[in-house]
This record gives sequence, C-alpha cells and structure tokens, in this order.
Amino acid sequence: MTVTTITDAELQPKDFASDQEVRWCPGCGDYAILKAVHKAMAEVGARRERTVVVSGIGCAARFPYYMSTYGFHTIHGRAPAIATGIKLANPELDVWVMTGDGDGLSIGGNHMLHVLRRNVDLQIVLFNNEIYGLTKGQYSPTSRRGTKSPSTPRGSIDYPVSACAFALGAGARFVARSVDTLQAHLVGVLERAHAHRGASFVEVFQNCVVFNDGAFDNFTAKDGAAETQLHVEHGKPLIFGARKDRGLRLTPGKLELEVVTLSEGGVTPTDLLVHDETNRALAHLLVALEPPAFPVALGVIYCNPAPSFEAQVHDQAAAAGAGRGVPDLAEVLMTKEGTWTVR
Amino acid sequence: MATTATTPARESRDSVVIRFAGDSGDGMQVTGGRFTIETALAGNDLTTFPDYPAEIRAPAGTTYGVSAFQIHFGAVDVMTPGDQVDVLVAMNPAALKVDLRDLRVGGTVVVDLGAFTERNLAKAGFTTNPLDDGSLAPYQVLKLDVTKLTLDAVKPSGLQSRESHRCRNMWALGLMLWMYGRDREATVGWLKQKFAGRPELVQANVAALNAGHAYGETAEMSAYGVGYTVRRAPVAPGVYRTVSGTEALAWGLLAGLRATGLERMIFAGYPITPASVLLHTLAGLTRYGVITFQAEDEIAAIGAAIGAAYAGALGVTSTSGPGLALKTEMLGLAIATELPLVVVDSQRAGPSTGMPTKAEQSDLLQAVHGRNADAPLAVLAAATATDCFDVAIEAVRLATTYMTPVILLSDAFLAHAAEPWRIPDLDRLPRFPVRFRTEPAGFHPFLRDAETLARPWARPGTPGLEHRIGGLEKDYDSGHISYDPENHARMTRARAEKIARIAHDIPPQSVALGADHGAIAVVGWGSTYGAVHQAVRRARQDGVDASHIHLRYLSPFPRNLGELLKRFDRVLVPELNNGQLVQLLRATYLVPAESLSKVQGKPFKVSEIVEAIR
Repeated sequence: MTVTTITDAELQPKDFASDQEVRWCPGCGDYAILKAVHKAMAEVGARRERTVVVSGIGCAARFPYYMSTYGFHTIHGRAPAIATGIKLANPELDVWVMTGDGDGLSIGGNHMLHVLRRNVDLQIVLFNNEIYGLTKGQYSPTSRRGTKSPSTPRGSIDYPVSACAFALGAGARFVARSVDTLQAHLVGVLERAHAHRGASFVEVFQNCVVFNDGAFDNFTAKDGAAETQLHVEHGKPLIFGARKDRGLRLTPGKLELEVVTLSEGGVTPTDLLVHDETNRALAHLLVALEPPAFPVALGVIYCNPAPSFEAQVHDQAAAAGAGRGVPDLAEVLMTKEGTWTVR
Repeated sequence: MATTATTPARESRDSVVIRFAGDSGDGMQVTGGRFTIETALAGNDLTTFPDYPAEIRAPAGTTYGVSAFQIHFGAVDVMTPGDQVDVLVAMNPAALKVDLRDLRVGGTVVVDLGAFTERNLAKAGFTTNPLDDGSLAPYQVLKLDVTKLTLDAVKPSGLQSRESHRCRNMWALGLMLWMYGRDREATVGWLKQKFAGRPELVQANVAALNAGHAYGETAEMSAYGVGYTVRRAPVAPGVYRTVSGTEALAWGLLAGLRATGLERMIFAGYPITPASVLLHTLAGLTRYGVITFQAEDEIAAIGAAIGAAYAGALGVTSTSGPGLALKTEMLGLAIATELPLVVVDSQRAGPSTGMPTKAEQSDLLQAVHGRNADAPLAVLAAATATDCFDVAIEAVRLATTYMTPVILLSDAFLAHAAEPWRIPDLDRLPRFPVRFRTEPAGFHPFLRDAETLARPWARPGTPGLEHRIGGLEKDYDSGHISYDPENHARMTRARAEKIARIAHDIPPQSVALGADHGAIAVVGWGSTYGAVHQAVRRARQDGVDASHIHLRYLSPFPRNLGELLKRFDRVLVPELNNGQLVQLLRATYLVPAESLSKVQGKPFKVSEIVEAIR
C-alpha cells in the first residue's frame, strides 16, 4: 500500500490534539501523558494520516478520541491483537497501543505476552496506576498486597505483577519506564520507543487522583526524588542521588545489585556498573529494584532490536512471489493430479 | 501384468457405495483418494467422505483407531456419500467390527485374511472369529490373504518387511479398480511423483497395485462374479476436478478478494478441529495475496482480522463452535464499528467440546443471535463442497458492500467431503470493486450510503480522513461518542435496517425441486442438501406432492420466503440439531413448521427424511 505523505509545515504538539473535550478527572496523570505523546509525535515528525492509536477499555483507553490521528477504541484487553492486524495489513502505518494495568496485564495479559514475543512494530504505552479507575476503584494486578478497595475491603491478598518484568519475560526487545509528572523524561522515552523498530514497551507510572492518589509518592515526590529515582542511560554509570554520589554495583560473589556511596569504603566510580541497554540480565535486575532499599529505575532499561514480526511476514510473502501482479486464480484451481475434460 | 484368462461378465449398476476401512496406519485415506481420482477420470459423478479417528495415533488394531473413506459414485446425480455401503474393504478385524453395521444386507465385504490373527481379533474385541462363526452370513464375503499376496508381489523390490506391509493398501486399491473397470495410469503417475527419489518404493507400490488388479482379472476372482460397470454420468462440458469443501472455500475467498480489487487478505485463525484445514489451505496461497496469521487464541484471531479490515484489507477468520463463542465480543465490535469481516464457522457436535470431528448444524442460533445486545449481522450457509466456492464469494461481497461481519456456516462434513467440480470461467465470476473513501469534504465515519446504509470505508493512510471509531455508541450525524437516548434508538434501528436491506440484494428464494406450492415443503440448509434432495425426489416418485427448498441466506432471509412457505400445506425442516431453523421460521413467519431433528454426529440418511415426509 502506498501512503501519501503531505509535505505541509512541521506539525506542532497541538496539531495532534482532536477537537473533543478531554474527559479525564481533573488532576489525572493521563493529561500529562497525553501532552507528552503530542509533544513526542511533533518531535519525531509523525504524520497524522499514517498514525493510528489503538486502545482497549479503561481510563487510558479514551486516548484515541483525544488525538487528531486515526484511532480505534476497541474492547477490553484486545488492542494488541487488533494492532497486529493493522500492521499485517499495512506495515507502513505507525501504530501506538495505549493500555492500562488492568487492560494490558489482566484481561489482556495473554495478548500482551504474544505481541511482545512476536515483536510486532508497535509503541505500547502501559499507564500503570495500580487500580481500576473506570469501574470505580477495584484493586488491579499491579496493586500492592494489602490494597483496600471495594472488592478487597480487608486488603488484597495476591502478589502484584511487575509490568516490566513481565515484558522482559515475554521476550520484549524494548522496555522502558517513566512517570507522568516527569514530562521531559517521558517525552524522551516515547521518542526512543518510536525510534525502535519492533514492539516497544513503555510503562508509565500514572497517578489516579480519585482512587489511588499518591500511590507512587514514595519515589515520585519532588522532595527526595533524586534519592529514589535512578535515571539509566546507555553507556553511563548507574548513579543517582542529589550529589550524584550513590550508585549500583554487583555485590561481590553474588548475582545481585547493591547501593554504594562513592568515596565510602574506598568505592570509586570505576566500581559502579555501567548501563548496557542490550543486556537482558541487567535489565531483569534493574526492573526489580524497589524503594526503600533501592531507587526505581527509569528510562530505557532494555533495547536490543531484532527484525519485527510484520516485516518478516511480508518478506516471506514477497519471497513466495506475493505482490507480483494480479493473482492468477486459474493457476490455483488447476491441479496436476487429475483434471478431466468433458466435451 | 497377468494374462487375462477370462473376462468376467460385468453387471451394470446405477451407483455404488464403497468404503475402505482399516487401521489409521493402513493408508485408507490415500486409497480412497486415489480411487476417487480414477473414478472421476472415468466420468462418474461422485461424493466422498473421510471418517478418521479423533485420536492422533490410536493404538494399532483397536476399534478407535479405525480410519475409513467412503465414496459414492454413479451415473446419476450423486449427492450424498450414500446411506448404505455396497462394498466394504476391511483391512483388519477392528475395521470390520466398526464398519460392518453400515453394509447393506447382501453387500460385499472384502477382508484381509492375513490381518485376522488371534491378537488382532482380541484387540478388536471379538471373542469368536467373525469369518467362521456365521455372523457374516447375510453378506458376500471375499476372504483374501491381501497381506501375503502383497508381500509376494513386492518381494523383487527388496523392501524391508515393514515397508512391504505398507503396500497392502495399493493391492486393495488395485483390486477395487479392477472390480469397477477403472484405469490405473493416473495412480501409477502419482506414485512415481510421490516417491520420486525412492525407486524401490515406486516399484513396490506399483507392483502391489498391479497385483491386486491382476488378481481380479484372473479366473480366481471371476468365480465370484463381482465385476461391475457404472455408466458415465451425464454432465455439462468443461474442465473438471475434484474439490473438497475446504479447498472450495479457500479458493472462493481468494476469488472474493480478486472481486474486491483489494490488495490482500489477512486470514487469522487459531487451530481448532475441524476448521484448521482452511488455515492450512490458505497458508499455501501466500503468493496470491493471502497472509495467514496463527493467532494466540480465537479472540486475537478475529481481532487481527478486524484490525486488518480497519486498515483496508479483506479480514477473514475461521473457527468452529467453541471458537465462535469466544469471538462473540469481537463480533459485537465489528458490528458497532461497521467493518467488513468474514467469519467461517465449521460446525461440529456440541455443546462445549462435544464431538470435535463430527458434523452438526447446531451453531445456527449462535450465528444469528448469539451476541450481547441488538447485534445483527449476515449469515450464509454452504450446501455442498462445490457450493462453498460461490458462498465464500458471496460472503465477501456482502461484507464489503454492507460494511458488516458475515458468518459463513460450514461444518465438519463439508470441510472434508469432496465432489467433482467444473472449474468456473474466471472471467464470468462476479466483480464488486471496493471504493475507499478518499474525499475529505463532508466526511464523517458513519455517514451512510442512502441505498445500502453502509458507512464509508476510510482506511488509515488517507490524508484528511483521520477519524476515531470504537465500540461506544456514536452520533448518527457526526460519528462522535453519544449517549443520547433517541440517537441510540436511531442507531440500533439503522444497524438492523442495514442488514434487513440485504434481502433486496440477494436472489429470491427458489425451489430446488418440485413446485412452488403443494402438499409439503422440505426446507433444509447447509450440508443436508444431498440427503434432502434425494428424499424429496424419492417422495415425488412415490406420488407425494413434495418440494425441496434449500436456504443459503439465513440472515436476512430472502424477501419472498414467508410467502413461499405459506403456499404449502406442510413445512418440514430437517436439521442436524435439536430444531433451530424451525424456530426461526416459526418466529419470523408464524408458519406451523415441523422439525425433523438428528443429533448423532452423523448425516441424515435419505430414508430418514423420506419417512418423515410421508
């Protein structure tokens, strides 16, 4: 399929907003994510006519209505399946999947697993607020144990799933994390996700002001963020702290990370681990870090590209002769082993 | 080749039913398939049906490991695989045990004596040897040591005993080809191709085939007097081949793709018996614009097909009953977003897992009504293996013309049944080119065509048509989300009216046999076509004023159907379910239709329907 490219002026973030009134709760973290997506699309020079935003069900799933691109608000948990069909039909399209912790990891967990392992070329943005918002506050698969909600009045019992650990386990080739309130950081992560060919998985910690307000305060509050957030960058030491004096290294003799302070106990910068975003084992260690003992790792945690699913499907088809003129049906219907002619 | 000592007198027959039965490993499907080709080449009309075990590798020699292939061929219109078997080839005791019940009294049974060992008899559950205890008295029994005769014939090829043993089916095939005066050339050619690079296998199999044939031709066989002639069937001129329902369906979808002018079909499926064969068949058609996708589950399969349709391709998915249940919510989405989609349902016996390899017609109500809320779509059913081709094209036409999902009902029988097919003149196939919306002026995604009520198909990639669709209700006039009560009523009625209008775009219901009024209309749908047709023909020969009406369109019904049914004193509805079409007809037209229900996982016998007509 040929896609027409309009050579009009560079689009501004506001050009990616639709004329629809945004109807999230006042103060919802989704507003900031919407803004970041608009900005990222403008930055990467996205074309509205070839951009498709696909969502499932949930607060985050309203996203397509607020975009001036093509959009498909589908059914609960199934956006990855529909997005896969879109990419198979037209690999030229630039497809984003907007999902949430319930949509993407509960009802749609199976599709998330498979879209990641297949490596379909999509940007998958998972808004994690650790709660079901649209259905009024039930605990979600990412809720921490003991979460009191209308369906768990005595506290939830089940252990939460870690979105990024799940994605890595599924075989994702791009895993990144950001926070709704870290606007510039989020835009940067989204741009990286867009640049990656294949399934790009981005978890965004998103505050639900109504049902789970402050769920991430322990590492997102401005005071102390420097001590609770680790911003990873490929090729740079894993370092954090207001004075950039704390870092991560492998505990000698063990496959585990530990926090060390530079100049204490003879620790020097060369003792610190350097982030290698192509190292899956390191990625697994980083996504598991939790406060208070550790900072939360943010940024591009893993990026190790491989050919995308739909590209390989079309390569196979082309190798089989697809796309070379009008299909000759007669050739299909004739068979060597037994046609006969009645005169 | 053996010399022809005597040429036995051949008895003439209008039609014959043969069943090849043996162990799963005995190659019965191949034997049946080759007999079919040789029979088709000899100019007979025919219908075949394979019946193989659900177990992938059942223990050898057991009754549940029996695999059979039935062929009905003749000089007259052959429409069913046959109620009763005339000749049963039983390669082992288990096959005799399972398949003897369908042999007509006086019919012929050919057994391989060499396989009737004590061990095999015990495995099949025989306490006495049926060849000796008189239980085969009602039949003509040909006891031949096929095993030994085969081993003798293939000895010069120097094969191992296991491989020699596997040539038994070719020996049996050779004998049956002789019995009905068939050629062997096509099969010899096929063996050479199949075993290219293994000349010893070609030699052995051809030797076994010839030996079986020669055995028939010698005096040894003529003593039985079992040579038959079946005249050629009178058929229209043209180039013919045999085709299974699955092949016809796959090619029909491809012809539908060609008719739309769309660049590609995205066919997404999840493995399920008996629908998987369609996925396999289409997977071989990549170079013709078909992309097949094996999804992670039934929901993802239909989801990918919907996504493909949204992006401007022909979206198709295929499943069987339990899978259709899983696809239900997605069907609702396709209805709400008004996207074209073809869903093939190869029905099988249920509920739940039921009997996966057995045919039933029990998904009709699920197809027509089985969704939350008011969610109408079009439902079509294929009647025969060759009809699958035309119905698939029609499903694509309705889906793309009306921007709606279409469910095409097939079943486990049609998926495997085969019959001769006159290859159509491709230039005369229908064309219905898709016109994508490209004009931005005045566009909104739910702007309806005045005649069809279809919304425009505006694919991503088109500048100026950027829009958002979804499962939420939308405003009739703008396509934006709307919770307005009057608007919802208007949209619900518009969706229903769009499907109802299809009735004006399909042929009025015709009568397949008999007058358009009379004492009794026998109304069928789907794969019961042959049985119903023969039954009505027989009833008419007996002087009953009966007509056969067969429905292809089940939602909406053809516009004249109610009026047509009311011109008959009785309406009889034979179905392989517990009475589903009969409910729809009664509810729609207030006619006192009677149900003839069969739910045994087996097709109707003609005699069962004749009985009900009387």
